[in-house]
Amino acid sequence: MNKQKEVVELEEVVIRFSGDSGDGMQLTGTLFSTTSALVGNDFSTFPDYPSEIRAPQGTVGGVSGFQVHFGHTKIFTPGDYSDVLVAMNPAALKANKKWMKPGSIVIIDRDSFDEKGISKAGYSGDPIKEEKLDKFNIIRAPITTLTKEAVKEMGLDVKTVLRSKNMFALGMVYWLYNRPLNHTEEFFQTKFKKKPAIIEANKRVLKAGYNYGETIEAMTPSYTVSPAKIEKGTYRNINGNQATAWGLLAAAEKSGLKLFVGSYPITPATVILEELAARKDLGVKSFQAEDEIAGICTTIGASFSGLLGVTSTSGPGLALKSEAIGLAVMAELPIVIVNVQRGGPSTGLPTKTEQADLMQALTGRNGESPVVVLAASTPSNCFDYAFEAAKIALEYMTPVILLTDGFIANGSQPWRVPSMKNYPAIKTRLVAAGAENYEPYARDVETLARNWATPGMKGMEHRVGGLEKDFLKGSVSHDPVNHQKMVNIREEKVERVVQQIPDLKVSGEKEGDLLVVGWGGTFGHLHSAVKEMQDEGKKVSLAHFHHIKPLPGNVNGVLKNFKKIIVCELNMGQFANYLRMKHQDFKYAQFNKVQGLPFTVAELKNEFNNLLED
Amino acid sequence: MEEQTTKLTFKDFKSDQEVRWCPGCGDHAVLNSVQRAMAELGRKKEDFALVSGIGCSSRFPYYMDTFGFHGIHGRAAAIASGVKVANPRLSVWEITGDGDALAIGGNHFIHLVRRNIDINLLLFNNEIYGLTKGQYSPTSKKGITTKTSPFGTIEAPFHPGELVIGAQGKFFARTMDNNIKLSTEVFIEAAKHDGTSVVEILQNCVIFNDRTYAEINDKEVREERQIVLKHGAPMIFGKERDKGLVLDGLKLKVVKIGEDGITEKDILVHKENENSPGLHMMLVNMRWPNYPVAFGVIRSVNAPTYDMAMESQIEKIQAKSSIKNMDDLLHSGNTWEV
Repeated sequence: MNKQKEVVELEEVVIRFSGDSGDGMQLTGTLFSTTSALVGNDFSTFPDYPSEIRAPQGTVGGVSGFQVHFGHTKIFTPGDYSDVLVAMNPAALKANKKWMKPGSIVIIDRDSFDEKGISKAGYSGDPIKEEKLDKFNIIRAPITTLTKEAVKEMGLDVKTVLRSKNMFALGMVYWLYNRPLNHTEEFFQTKFKKKPAIIEANKRVLKAGYNYGETIEAMTPSYTVSPAKIEKGTYRNINGNQATAWGLLAAAEKSGLKLFVGSYPITPATVILEELAARKDLGVKSFQAEDEIAGICTTIGASFSGLLGVTSTSGPGLALKSEAIGLAVMAELPIVIVNVQRGGPSTGLPTKTEQADLMQALTGRNGESPVVVLAASTPSNCFDYAFEAAKIALEYMTPVILLTDGFIANGSQPWRVPSMKNYPAIKTRLVAAGAENYEPYARDVETLARNWATPGMKGMEHRVGGLEKDFLKGSVSHDPVNHQKMVNIREEKVERVVQQIPDLKVSGEKEGDLLVVGWGGTFGHLHSAVKEMQDEGKKVSLAHFHHIKPLPGNVNGVLKNFKKIIVCELNMGQFANYLRMKHQDFKYAQFNKVQGLPFTVAELKNEFNNLLED
Repeated sequence: MEEQTTKLTFKDFKSDQEVRWCPGCGDHAVLNSVQRAMAELGRKKEDFALVSGIGCSSRFPYYMDTFGFHGIHGRAAAIASGVKVANPRLSVWEITGDGDALAIGGNHFIHLVRRNIDINLLLFNNEIYGLTKGQYSPTSKKGITTKTSPFGTIEAPFHPGELVIGAQGKFFARTMDNNIKLSTEVFIEAAKHDGTSVVEILQNCVIFNDRTYAEINDKEVREERQIVLKHGAPMIFGKERDKGLVLDGLKLKVVKIGEDGITEKDILVHKENENSPGLHMMLVNMRWPNYPVAFGVIRSVNAPTYDMAMESQIEKIQAKSSIKNMDDLLHSGNTWEV
């Protein structure tokens, strides 16, 4: 490394690894992120992949990307535009050209930019010329050739060799940012424990890529990004789905209940079921159901039996679960429904992000059917909101819907590992064994939560179900006045959750020219845009919602202190309309985007600046 | 399984709710049989959990002084699966009908049977939709005229026994609503069997499909047209107990004892625990007038249950794993210090 002429110190960098969906770009990006974390950087990631497992090779439709934003300061988003694009083929260049910063570095595999590759991507001549990239720092590396070269004495088959070319690209980027190779080498050791040849091949290719960087040093300086000032502690890399699963496990532990998960695989929520299925050691009963409906119905059954019942899904699955959520509302059983939102309607954009299930979560059921709705906003705080969702469900005897989305579910960030002693105990509504005169619908006066007795408890035999219940005994009642009373009580119970949710926080001044309002997974982008504008001296603040139903108690007090309010969301304005219904005294501007992609900080700032100038 | 110390009677299982089925409905007799069977089982009352879907028979749990869950249409099998897997110590019973289990709930039904979760499933088959006032069901005989088939149905019915065996079912029994003695016996056998036990109850809907089973259940013909199978006993039926079943090539055949040199020794002996489903499939598919209709426990084969397999898998993993609680999990795998 002492050969280097120039090392430039940077605050933050965005790298996008991009190639065919079989090129291993997700793994490459993940390895780079973890190595960056180990050298002390903060980061945020954004996997962006097609819904086909292996779309036609070399086509734009089959491009899989992984963007990582790492830095010396706290990182809130995966970044809008890349400083480095790794394009394993011409299609990857085509798919990502509009996300490159002007003049940024583009590493291409020269070998794949042959006639065949060029025409598959829809170019007619040299893509670099066609895209007018002459001002960019293009590194044309013969990645395929040099990968073969690196392992030629090992006698491996071509397919195996080509599979490791992503490690050549990774090696080059490691050189570019002065990253150590040892973590990645350790990863090979664990991952390919039983295949020493594969370990050796990957190590050689990684090193060859790194050395190639050194050799071509003339073309570009190398960079460093020094460690971020991060709170001391033990850290791990976590994505939103894993954090959600673990938050539910934490709630089970704190409530003293076993966890039951009944789910059906669906993109992008499947990892939650996978994570929980792996936790038999913590006593999880995981049930891969025959469909979405069975997923929630087994969950309701398990809750009736006294377990913490959870089900995980995405938009179309939430639609299928609607009727059963109504049953849990009527039976007043505690369950958590996690909805990892994706592009809709119908099958929509399964691997892309969106926030368009808000109204479905709030009202997508027959009858007056209130449930608590929460939304997590970052990959790691999925843990806290999953925990809170379960806590509210158990303490109020109600279904709770937790909304996350594809962006935070798949995105990852370093997470300071919490200690369970810092989480509150969860006090369930389970009645004491031997208690007398059990009435299933007798309620706590504060929370209106009913008492919970489960099969096997002597003397507590009772019936629940979907027919309207007598307000005390829980037996079937068709009495008109009783129905009104029960509808009111179910709504009031959910509204009373406001007693235990925190006030809405404002980032920035408590009053000003513009209040940016968001909810859920858009937090990182909104926060970054608002922060940059605050640094420019603008009177802009952010109010980001995590509690949707009920809304926090201080919303009116927050909104009234700003001249303008803009509600930003990845849908056509569902939360804006909800606020118009709940807080009618204000005028709400909207900024909406439905492209299956997160906001960019740049477009947000542009919109806010326009609004300030109006 | 904990035993009840003081003996319960069928009255202990009656709830305080007024039974609201139509007068003359077959469900009344089934309720009676279930209460008798449960009293006989010697289990604690609080260990029984009844789960139903939607339909006339699905009101059943309200009339039982046990834990009960009246679910939504078609989903009883899924809800019951959750109840049982969550707490395998319970005696879980699913109460369902031909529409609930075989139309809207068909998917859950076959998967429950396939998984072999230890649930006793009572399938009230009246071959009609009663609660919606008389439309044909997936078990209605082909050609039947109903409100939604004014010119007769054009679709073939499901035969529950065939479906159960097709879904790898390990227990199938059949009874008739008004045969309280047989029903009680069969329900007890179903409860004792570990795994999904499906009991098809031929049940008369006095309002919308009256006398649908009359040709096999009228008093005068019943003994000639029904055969009650008993494990280890020859398959003999008839008022004079002079008829029996033999194998004729690949088919069953009704023969008369004493004719053509047939003696009791030639008659097939019922073996409910035969794993190979061939003969059981023939028995569940016997229909009048070619054959008598089979009753009693037709198939009862031991096999591992899902609920116990789940318990033992958890136990095994817990013994091996170094992760004992959340803090262990949070610090497992790749972490780093800052």
